[in-house]
Amino acid sequence: MRAALFVTCVNDALYPRTGIAVVRLLERLGVQVDFPAAQSCCGQPQYNTGYRHEAEPLLRRTAAAFAGYDHVVTPSGSCAAMIREHYPRMGRRAAEEGRGGGLAELAQDLVPRVHELTEFLVDVLGVTDVGAYFPHTVTYHPSCHGLRSLGLGERPRRLLAAVKGLELVELPGADECCGFGGTFSVRNPDVSAAMGTDKTAAARATGAEVLCGADNSCLAHLGGILRRAGDPMRTLHLAEILAATEEDPLEEDLLEEDPLP
Amino acid sequence: MTGTHLGMPAFPPFPDAAREAVRDGVLRANLRHATHTIRGKRARAVAELADWERLRAAGKAVKDHTLRHLDRYLLQLEASVTAAGGTVHWAADADEANRIVTDLVLATGESEVVKVKSMATQETGLNEALEAAGIAAYETDLAELIVQLGHDRPSHILVPAIHRNRREIRDIFRSEMGGWGRPAPEDLGDDPRELAEAARLHLREKFLRAKVAVSGANFVVAETGTMVVLESEGNGRMCLTLPDTLISVVGIEKVVPTFRDLEVFLQTLPRSSTAERMNPYTTMWTGTHEGDGPSAFHLVLLDNGRTDTLADATGRQALRCIRCSACLNVCPVYERAGGHAYGSVYPGPIGAVLSPQLRGTAGAVDASLPYASTLCGACYEVCPVAIDIPEILLHLRERVVQGGPVTREGVRVRLRPAHGHTAERAAMRAARLLLDHPGALRAGERLLARARRLRPRRLPGPGRAWTDTRELPDIPAEPFRDWWLRERGNRP
Ligand code: SF4
Repeated sequence: MRAALFVTCVNDALYPRTGIAVVRLLERLGVQVDFPAAQSCCGQPQYNTGYRHEAEPLLRRTAAAFAGYDHVVTPSGSCAAMIREHYPRMGRRAAEEGRGGGLAELAQDLVPRVHELTEFLVDVLGVTDVGAYFPHTVTYHPSCHGLRSLGLGERPRRLLAAVKGLELVELPGADECCGFGGTFSVRNPDVSAAMGTDKTAAARATGAEVLCGADNSCLAHLGGILRRAGDPMRTLHLAEILAATEEDPLEEDLLEEDPLP
Repeated sequence: MTGTHLGMPAFPPFPDAAREAVRDGVLRANLRHATHTIRGKRARAVAELADWERLRAAGKAVKDHTLRHLDRYLLQLEASVTAAGGTVHWAADADEANRIVTDLVLATGESEVVKVKSMATQETGLNEALEAAGIAAYETDLAELIVQLGHDRPSHILVPAIHRNRREIRDIFRSEMGGWGRPAPEDLGDDPRELAEAARLHLREKFLRAKVAVSGANFVVAETGTMVVLESEGNGRMCLTLPDTLISVVGIEKVVPTFRDLEVFLQTLPRSSTAERMNPYTTMWTGTHEGDGPSAFHLVLLDNGRTDTLADATGRQALRCIRCSACLNVCPVYERAGGHAYGSVYPGPIGAVLSPQLRGTAGAVDASLPYASTLCGACYEVCPVAIDIPEILLHLRERVVQGGPVTREGVRVRLRPAHGHTAERAAMRAARLLLDHPGALRAGERLLARARRLRPRRLPGPGRAWTDTRELPDIPAEPFRDWWLRERGNRP
């Protein structure tokens, strides 16, 4: 099977490890991964802040970059939700305003081919045990877009539960928002930080070593709060846990405060 | 823009108001406790119904149908109410509604009225208007009474005093009740039962004396002209039956076509709002009847920006709202910011989409409200009439920063973008240009990678908001793109 990786702009620039993990994981499962270099950002920051017109060229770019792929995989629930939920809306609105230029058609063509990573693993590849090994206690925060827009349900937890050596502990109030919310975290910093602090406190109380999520933006916010507080708990993208095996474990230093070389 | 009034004095924009609230530990604790309790109860009450999703769809369908033919149903309502002995008045805005009510009260020769809890009259600021005309308006809902006695503002649709704990309430009762009527007992404690009893005695005096009552309505039935009020305490029922004159101020979106349509809402509203299977006090009245209830009944139908809201294809779904407050109780932002931060009588997620539509987005508060959300979607999930609040928020954000067509007082106009977004607009545009040119993007990423050792602890400008409370993520030595080129680049 062949699949294109939509790494997302945040992962590309700040969390390449997540992209690398997805490549390793999928290749291990027999998928031939491509990375179309013409890809960029899905346009979510623009769209969610009200700049719909600025997001239109990025819809066009994303659709063009992934034209011809049956499967597009992304390790970001919120970018997958952006495409699935908002691209069709953008297409419709653009057509109503006479600035359509085929945006609706591009969206319609792209949407059914885009999968968030856990959807791709469970629904398309039909696996829950990906042969991973990660001997740590983990708690999982299901980000809002994955939870409510995409309806990922138990997929991420089932994948984690099948990881050898991993002890999964429930996060109380898991379905509550962490307070990131894209530009919300900057426009309403006080509420955002208050929400994030409550979330990290709930995660701490589980006693887990690792706070796992499937959206690096939420993890950047939560990890930023933990680190400011000098807290040893680490945030880690689900893909990195799933990519780790006994032969090729996650480097230990990723579980510690990452010193710059 | 419009002069639509939503019952609040001048107020700072949401982020500033919320900052104060977040720092108020007592307020946060009160809100957290209250919202989490009701949240859990609501979820259990809803889970009991196997057909919840169908009830939700039915409620949405009834409301959508009514809104689509609102003109017809309002005229039918007017005919039914008139035929049943009532009088219908039309109010285009808050001022007109207040004038109508004030004149009606003055015509009775009375100088005090008892009030049933009503969002519509709070929206118009009726109590203040009556006071200016020398009429005292007494709130009889327990929570409204607490707010009124405390010279405070409501902070929740259903539980206006949710921001208060019982010790604060006891203090308010002790110091303020005497000034309005029967004082609280000297030794009043903070046990909820004691507090309720003090309120009961204080209010009883008012019920028995009042000749005029003012109410809102949860629903009005076009077919029969029936008004419906749902409440938990029974105080409303006293106001609706004892006085001679009853004046009901109702938003035009509250109409439903037939009596049967109530079936859906009498199931969804109590479970969504108070987590009750059945509503404790449901009062219905149709016009007037010899020797039974008020002998004069007036219905004031309030527009106050609703017709203009109806003209907006995306925003109009907010008019389906049945004011159950479920969205407030699940909203993580409301939980931290409190109701006052929303700068209108409609707080929480529904307030964030309703106020900027009714009042327009020109003011600083209204321009900030569409951003008072992380778009987490919890409000949409619980809404018993399936209002896609996140969708409306995005729609209104666009209106704020990009402008667009709106209807104001019946006229289609094009809004220009709101002031104060120039820097952001430039940044969004620059980001988009960068993101739409992968060559430039890669160069930018490499620059970032090279500067990684400089990772500052505090950022200047808007970035400060991030670094005040959070560390920045480490910048990696190379972007994913470069890893791919190096490791897999030789593949087709
Ligand atoms: S928007 Fe929905 S959930 Fe919120 S108060 Fe209205 S009906 Fe209830």
